[in-house]
Amino acid sequence: MKKTIKQVVVYGLLSLGAITMLLPFFWMISTAFKTGFESLQTPVTWWPKHLVWENWVNAWYAAPFLRYLINSVIVAAVTTVGQIFTAILAAFAFSKLNFAGKNLLFTILLATMMVPVEMLIIPNFVTLSQFHLINTYGALILPWLGSFFAVFTLRQSFNTIPDQLYYAARIDGASDWQFLWSVLVPNAKSSITAIGLLQVIGSWNSFMWPLIVTNSETMRTLPVGLQAFSTDSGINYPELMAASTFVILPMALLYICFNKYVVAGISNNGLKG
Amino acid sequence: MEVTFKHVTLTYPNGSEVLHDMDFEIPSGQLIALLGPSGGGKSTTLNLISGLLQPTSGDVLFGRENVTKQDALQRGVGMVFQNYALYPHMTVLENIMFPMKMAKMPKAKRRQKAIDLAKLVRVESQISKKPAALSGGQQQRVAIARALAKEPNLLLLDEPLSNLDARLRVEMRQEIRRIQQETGVTTIFVTHDQSEAMHIADQIMVLNDGVIQQFAPAQTLYTDPTNQFVASFIGEPALNLIPAQTLADALPAVFGQAAKSVQTLGIRPEAFALQPTDDPFLQARVEVVQEQHFGREQQVQLRLNDQLLEVTDLGPVLALNRPLMTYIKLPYLYGFDERGKRIYPHFNEVPAYDE
Repeated sequence: MKKTIKQVVVYGLLSLGAITMLLPFFWMISTAFKTGFESLQTPVTWWPKHLVWENWVNAWYAAPFLRYLINSVIVAAVTTVGQIFTAILAAFAFSKLNFAGKNLLFTILLATMMVPVEMLIIPNFVTLSQFHLINTYGALILPWLGSFFAVFTLRQSFNTIPDQLYYAARIDGASDWQFLWSVLVPNAKSSITAIGLLQVIGSWNSFMWPLIVTNSETMRTLPVGLQAFSTDSGINYPELMAASTFVILPMALLYICFNKYVVAGISNNGLKG
Repeated sequence: MEVTFKHVTLTYPNGSEVLHDMDFEIPSGQLIALLGPSGGGKSTTLNLISGLLQPTSGDVLFGRENVTKQDALQRGVGMVFQNYALYPHMTVLENIMFPMKMAKMPKAKRRQKAIDLAKLVRVESQISKKPAALSGGQQQRVAIARALAKEPNLLLLDEPLSNLDARLRVEMRQEIRRIQQETGVTTIFVTHDQSEAMHIADQIMVLNDGVIQQFAPAQTLYTDPTNQFVASFIGEPALNLIPAQTLADALPAVFGQAAKSVQTLGIRPEAFALQPTDDPFLQARVEVVQEQHFGREQQVQLRLNDQLLEVTDLGPVLALNRPLMTYIKLPYLYGFDERGKRIYPHFNEVPAYDE
C-alpha cells in the first residue's frame, strides 16, 4: 500500500513535468491550425474549431525557407565537424601529453567557460567585421569552431582510457597522430557523438548570433527566418507556429534517434564505450 | 640482443633518486627476471629499456648501438603490460595485426602472420572476439602475440602474471618459457613473486631501493647470496635472521677471524637436523615450541636462546618444550656484517651442498 502511494506520487510528479514540457509543443501545433482570430481569442481554445491547413502552405512560401534550411544545415554541419576536430586534438593534448604550462593553460581555458556567451558577441562582431566577414558563412561558422566545453568533456572521456594503451601504441610503433585516430577516437565514439549532437542542436537553435552577423535573405538561418512573420502590422501567429513546427522537426527527429547520447552528453558522466 | 646499462641513474625532478648507478649486461637469448619488492625500481628499469623513460645520466645499449636518446617508437621492442593494454575496440586478430599495420606490412601478409602468432600462443579459436570477451589468460596470450608481432629483438613483460589466478599463473609462466624458447627472443620480465622468477628465468636480477642487489641464476641467489637482503628475500619459508650474540659462544670456532664483524646470522629453515650430518655442523640446544604438518611439509617453531626460528624438514619431534640437541648444517648458515654484507662464508668460497 505504502509502495503504491509512493509510486502514484512519483509518477504524478513525472507526468506533471512531462506535461509542462510538452504543452508548448502542443500549443504550437494547435495554433498552427487556427485562424488568426482564434489564435488570439480568450478564453483560449485548446483544440481548433476548424483546421486551417492553408497556414502551412502560406508559411512555407512566406519566406525562402529552403534557402534558410540549406544555410542552417551547412552551418550546423561545418561547425559540428570543425568543433569536434579541434576538440579531439586539444583533448588529446590535455589528456595524454606532457608539456610545459599544461595545467596553467587548462585552468585559463576553464576560466573562459565562466564568461557568458553574450559578452563575446561584440568583440567577435568587431573582429569579424575587420576581416570583412560580416554577412558570410565565415561569420556564421568561425566563432564556433572551437569550444572549450567540447574539449573539457572529451578530455574527461579520454582520461578514462588508460595511459597504458598510449604506451602500448607507442611500443607498437604508432605515432601520436596514429594513436589518436586508431585507438583513442574509436574508444571515445559515444562521447564524440554526444558532443556533436549538442553542437548540432545548439547551432540549429542559435538565433542571436546569426541575426547580428547576417543582413541578407540569402545568409539567414531558419530561426532568424521566422522573423518574417512578425511585421509592422502585427504577428501572424498561426503561420509563425506552422513554420516553427517545420524548423524544429529535424531536431526533434534527431533527438528521438539519439536521445541516449544527448542525455549522456549533458550529464557528462564519463561515458565508456 | 644484449642489453647493457652503463652507469644509468634516474632522478625525479624533485631530486629523489629512483635508480642509482646501474651497471649490467643482459646476454642475448635469455629469459631474465627483474625481481624485488614494490618500489624497488623493477618497472622503472623495464621502462628505461623500453624507452618509455629516459635516464638522467648514463647509457643504454642494445647490442653495440647506443639507444639512450631513442624513444619507445624508435627502439622497436615488444612489450606486454600488466593490464595487457589490448585495444578494446579491435578484435584479437586486429590487435595482433596493429604493430604490423603501423610498420606498413601488406594486409594479406600481416593477416597470415597474425594467424601464425595466434597459433603460437594458442588463441587461434578466439581471433574474431573482442578482448572483453576473453579470459585473463587468453588476454595475456593475445598481448604476448601482439608484442611478438613486429619480431622484436627484445620482449619486455611488466608483471605479466599478477592479474591471473594461482592455477593460471603456473600455466602461463610455463607458456612464457615455451614461447621464449620457441622464438629465442631475449626476454625480460618484471615480477615481485620469487617463485615465478625462480621457475622460469635463466638469470634473476634482484633490485631493492633502486640498486642491483645481485644478478645471477636462481640457484646461485639461493645458495650464494651476496647480502642479507637477497638471502632473506629469496627462499620460502624465509631465512631466519637472529642477532649474532645468540650463538656467541659457538661462533669463533666456525667463523674464525670474521666472527668479530658478524652482526646478524641468517639460518635457512632446512639448516637444522636431529642427527649429525655429512655437512660440517654446529651443535645447538633448542626447544620445540610448535609443530605443524601441511601435507608432506613439516613446519616447526624452535626456540634458540630466546630467539624463535621457523624450521622445515626437521624429522620426527617427540616432545614439545623440552631441551633438544640439534645440528645446524653450516652451508645453510650465513653471517652478515652491520651493513648487511655477507662475510661468512667468505663470498668467493662457494659452499658445498648436498641436494
